[in-house]
This record gives sequence, structure tokens and C-alpha cells, in this order.
Amino acid sequence: MDKIVFSKPALLTDTPMHYCPGCTHGIVHRLIAEALGEIGEFDNVIGIAPVGCAVFAYNYFKCDMFQAAHGRAPSVATGVKRARPDSTVFVYQGDGDLASIGMAEIVHAATRGENMTVIFINNGIYGMTGGQMAPTTLEGQKTTTSQFGRNPLEHGNPIKICEMLSTLTGPAYIARTSVHDVKNVRATRDALVRGFKMQKQKRGFSLIEILSTCPTNFHMTPIAALEYVKTTGVKAYPLGVYKDVGLNEEEAK
Amino acid sequence: MKKVVFNDKLCKGCGLCVAACPKKILAISERVNAMGYAVAECVNERECISCAFCATMCPDTVITVRKEVSETK
Repeated sequence: MDKIVFSKPALLTDTPMHYCPGCTHGIVHRLIAEALGEIGEFDNVIGIAPVGCAVFAYNYFKCDMFQAAHGRAPSVATGVKRARPDSTVFVYQGDGDLASIGMAEIVHAATRGENMTVIFINNGIYGMTGGQMAPTTLEGQKTTTSQFGRNPLEHGNPIKICEMLSTLTGPAYIARTSVHDVKNVRATRDALVRGFKMQKQKRGFSLIEILSTCPTNFHMTPIAALEYVKTTGVKAYPLGVYKDVGLNEEEAK
Repeated sequence: MKKVVFNDKLCKGCGLCVAACPKKILAISERVNAMGYAVAECVNERECISCAFCATMCPDTVITVRKEVSETK
């Protein structure tokens, strides 16, 4: 007798992912599929893909997907959610998309308290375009446009999205997690489940920031890149729950 | 019964499963798949405790994990 303890979640397709070896986008895609499976949402899910490496996310999820213009995913999601209020809407954005060109969209979607779940991948670099400095690039981190390390006097300071958005009234759930080891991957999954439950109970805007890696543009092996997030990334971006209005626990079961 | 099954077609040989395994029984093999990546494999199936740490860290959902369950009377 044997039982399956781990297999591919139902919401993921069999398409091979185009991401580089060791890219944590794949882990997060799987966690989203697992979290949606756990709350029992399969048919009525609509995802919004960003511009960036995850632009082809629609190939990997067995749900309806949009692909929004650069940074405008929260605005597209606003329209989707208002037109189909009974659906579960998730927005998938990277740091170049959300924290740079899409900053206005995310702040206003959050302050309006739009009932959606945003998954924000923070790897501190522009992956698809070749490793330029992003708004979230760490102090001292070398990129192709900050070749001697990011210097706050010259390049400005990194933006901390969770801290910033948690000062607003609209958001219901703001958390920062990481995927650098098994424990944190599981914590990320729990945070995603809570985010989706917030949406199901119509509590409002939820955002889960996930510290990720880009081994290709960090110029590291996948394992060294995870170690870098563990030692450096987590210090600059402390993990934790920044805002939580609470769930109706009975209803959540 | 194989406890850890790798879908060689999807594996990119990144080695995150190898690093995550608490029993250190995974390794990158010399086999190469159609994408040109050397794929991961389990070298000592008997030691496996079916913890699914490898599958949890795998970015490409390559791994399926099974666990032996003793028959109840």
C-alpha cells in the first residue's frame, strides 16, 4: 500500500515552464495552484499575468488568464472583479512591474480596497530585460545599471512595498514571505491561502510579497541565490504579517 | 515501489532538490533530457523517508512523492 504525498496540483498544466533553471517563479506558481486547490477554487478563478518573466503565466495555469499592459495588472483586475464579483481574482506581478511602472496602479487599487489577491514577486532585479536595477534592488547589490553596487546617494533607496501599503486603510492582508527554504515555502503557501480566504470573505485587498531569486542575473548558482536571499534579502526586507484585519474563522472552514 | 519519481522531461537540473534533501540521497545524474539539462535522480531509494522536501523546493513540479502505508487490519 502506498499513498501519494506530493504530486502536481490540479490547477497547473503540463507545459514545461520557460523559466531559467532554479528560478523561484516555478515554486510560486505551484503554491498558488495549491492554495487555490485548498480553498476549493478551480473553475471560477481568473488570473492576471504581468509584463516580465511571468508574462507567459497563462500557459501554466488551467484557469482563465489575462495578460495586462506593463504595471497595469491591478487595474485590469479591478475591472475583472467588478464585472465578475463571484470569481476569485489573483494578480501576479514582479518588482519591476509592480514597484516601478505600476506603482500608481497598485497604491490606488490597495487604497480602494479592491477585493483581489496580489502576489508580488520581489527578487530585486529586472530579470527579463537582462538584470538592470529595480526599485527594490538592495543597497550594495550589483546589477548591470549599478555596477559598483546600489548607492543610495546616487540611485536612491530601495522601496519597501509591504511597509508602505500597510499604512493605507484599504488593504485587508499584507504579508511578506520568502521561498528560500522548505519552511518558508510552506509559510508562503499558508499566507497565500489566507490571502485567498480574505478575498472569498470580501474583506478587501490582499497582497503577499514573496522574496525570490533570479540566479541568472544574480550570476549565482540556484542554491547560492537562495542563500543570498536567506542571508541578505531577509535582513533588508523583514518577513512577517504587516496588516491583517482578521477572518471570520467559522466561515473560513 | 518508487518513492520519488522524477519527470525527466521537465527537470532542468537546478539542484534545489539535491540541496533540500535531508538524507542527501539525491544527485544530478549523467543522463541528459531533450532540453539538454542533466536531470536529478535518487541514488538510494531505501533511505528515502518520503518527506517531500525535494518536491516542495522543485520549481518545475518534476517530482511525485509516495509514502508506504502499513495495511490496517
